[in-house]
Amino acid sequence: MSTMITPARETVRAADRVAAARRRVSLRETLGQTLMMAWRALKKMRRNPEQFFDVALQPILFTAMFAFIFGGAIAGDVQSYLPLMIPGILAQTVLTTCMATGTQLREDMEKGVFDRFKSLPIARIAPLAGPMVADLLRYTIAATLTFGMGLVMGYRPGGGAGGVLAAILLAIITGWSLAWVFTWVGTIARSAQAVQGISMMIMFPLTFLSNAFVPIETLPGWLAAFVRINPVSHLVTAARDLANSALVSGEVAWTLLACVIVIAIFAPLSVRSYKRHM
Amino acid sequence: MTITELGRLGGGPPSDRSTDLAVHAEGLVKTFGGHRAVDGIDLDVRPGEIFGVLGPNGAGKTTMLRMLATLLKIDAGRAEIFGADVAANPHVIRQLVGVTGQYASVDENLTARENLWLFGRLQGVDAPRARRIATELLGQFGLEEAADRPIAQFSGGMRRRLDLAASLITRPPLIFLDEPTTGLDPRTRGQMWDTIRGLVADGCTVLLTTQYLDEADQLADRVAVIDHGRKVAEGTPDELKTAVGNSALQLLLANPDEVPTAVEIVRRVLGSDPVLSPEQGRLNVALDQADLAADVLIALRTAGVSISSVSVAKPSLDEVFLALTGHKTDRNHETGTEENR
Ligand SMILES: Nc1ncnc2c1ncn2[C@@H]1O[C@H](COP(=O)(O)OP(=O)(O)OP(=O)(O)O)[C@@H](O)[C@H]1O
Ligand SMILES: [Mg+2]
Repeated sequence: MSTMITPARETVRAADRVAAARRRVSLRETLGQTLMMAWRALKKMRRNPEQFFDVALQPILFTAMFAFIFGGAIAGDVQSYLPLMIPGILAQTVLTTCMATGTQLREDMEKGVFDRFKSLPIARIAPLAGPMVADLLRYTIAATLTFGMGLVMGYRPGGGAGGVLAAILLAIITGWSLAWVFTWVGTIARSAQAVQGISMMIMFPLTFLSNAFVPIETLPGWLAAFVRINPVSHLVTAARDLANSALVSGEVAWTLLACVIVIAIFAPLSVRSYKRHM
Repeated sequence: MTITELGRLGGGPPSDRSTDLAVHAEGLVKTFGGHRAVDGIDLDVRPGEIFGVLGPNGAGKTTMLRMLATLLKIDAGRAEIFGADVAANPHVIRQLVGVTGQYASVDENLTARENLWLFGRLQGVDAPRARRIATELLGQFGLEEAADRPIAQFSGGMRRRLDLAASLITRPPLIFLDEPTTGLDPRTRGQMWDTIRGLVADGCTVLLTTQYLDEADQLADRVAVIDHGRKVAEGTPDELKTAVGNSALQLLLANPDEVPTAVEIVRRVLGSDPVLSPEQGRLNVALDQADLAADVLIALRTAGVSISSVSVAKPSLDEVFLALTGHKTDRNHETGTEENR
């Protein structure tokens, strides 16, 4: 039967391949694979630019809307509300951006190509972490636009360029860390819609039950207690200190600590539930 | 011959050590919420052969393959691939097996070339080599012209070819093909068969599933027939056919309306039912001895049933299936219900 072809190439020898097979993925391989997955996600973004609409529109719309709705009530006038509000919007847009991570991952996982990812000898975390690395671009866009819009509306950050950049960086780090929560939701929920619903339920209390738009002092005690431990509040305070007075306060440390805790819990959970999906 | 006897046909290798086998599985079980999709399957695939797993829709072919490929957890039983335990060493197994699933598993957002590049790079192939292999495979599978177009514009056949190409990047010694030719036109199907034979000539082992009896017949060195998650027979295609009867009488009636009459007559003469083929008016009659063909023909002539063509041949695997499972492959019917879901 198979006599007609003289192999032009070297014969595949099973025994050699078994002997050469590696037992586990090294850290370096994991990083390389994650970067390849990020490359794939970037290609995908470039070919579906409509994904950027929410990232681009939300900071612009929200900044304008919130300034005029809450500005008068909370700070007396729009100008003096901006330094309070812009870091709040920053936290909120970054959070909404990372919320999309879960939905997109879920949609992606339902596609056939994930079957191949699962059948390849690659680190299980790479298909999850890759898109998140690519998402850094989205956070950067969202954060930059928020400050850009603030400047247009008359916000003059007292912390200068350095302070603003530091605030943006902190927001990106926080967004990336919190994205693991949504990635986990993406791996456990049954459908992309379910992911969307659950993510909303996590997102809303996180952003609105924070000091992003309203000073804590105006809240009833039980609510204030939650607002104080909410990592988003820490991010908002830290970003305000950085952007408005170039002050690296203890809040930065609290924010980073919260990030580390979130990653330490949700990255392993995500990988575990991704593996179980097989 | 009974089913149990058939099950031993061409049996496993007598006392080979399992490490000499490409695939060795014992009592594989997969349960989906109380339903045993794979219900205790043993499988031995020897290196360098094409092993066909034949079964109708829902038989458990895909589920079995996915367990062997580490894509599904093995609920009970065990499996080894080239001597490596599947459950214990999934990472090793993934380096040894190239999987082409039932549905194309390539990235819709990338071009064909980018897909091959991505899968190569992910598996540690360096950049220049990944590029070279991609070009080579695109050529080998006739995809050069479409190489830089997004997959979304590909036809089913092109996708299937790209999918197989993607499984061959690191030239794995064992290749799983889940219904590699379902949905392909006859010409593309023939090309796919040649490609599969070429893989074996290169030194690979192929485990494929199919619903097409003639495909298993044409391609496979050995075949396992599975139904409702159980293996009902195993052997070479010839052994299976011989087991069912020495020969088969194939009749095409001039008037399809006379099929019930013809069935009645065959039953009277031979004491067994013929197999109706999906084609209108065609009957396949299994015979213990070729002589009996004459008896059947004479009885039909006496009853005035006119026949437009007659042949006596070795039985097709369709008849094998009927003899083994006591029911027809029911392909058309099952496909209908799948689509209704
Ligand atoms: N993920 C799943 N959850 C629940 N049931 C499943 C799942 N996958 C398969 N099944 C069931 O297991 C049985 C075997 O399915 P499987 O896909 O293995 O059959 P198959 O032989 O590959 O069929 P086909 O020829 O249609 O591809 C079917 O009854 C199917 O409904
Ligand atoms: Mg199947």
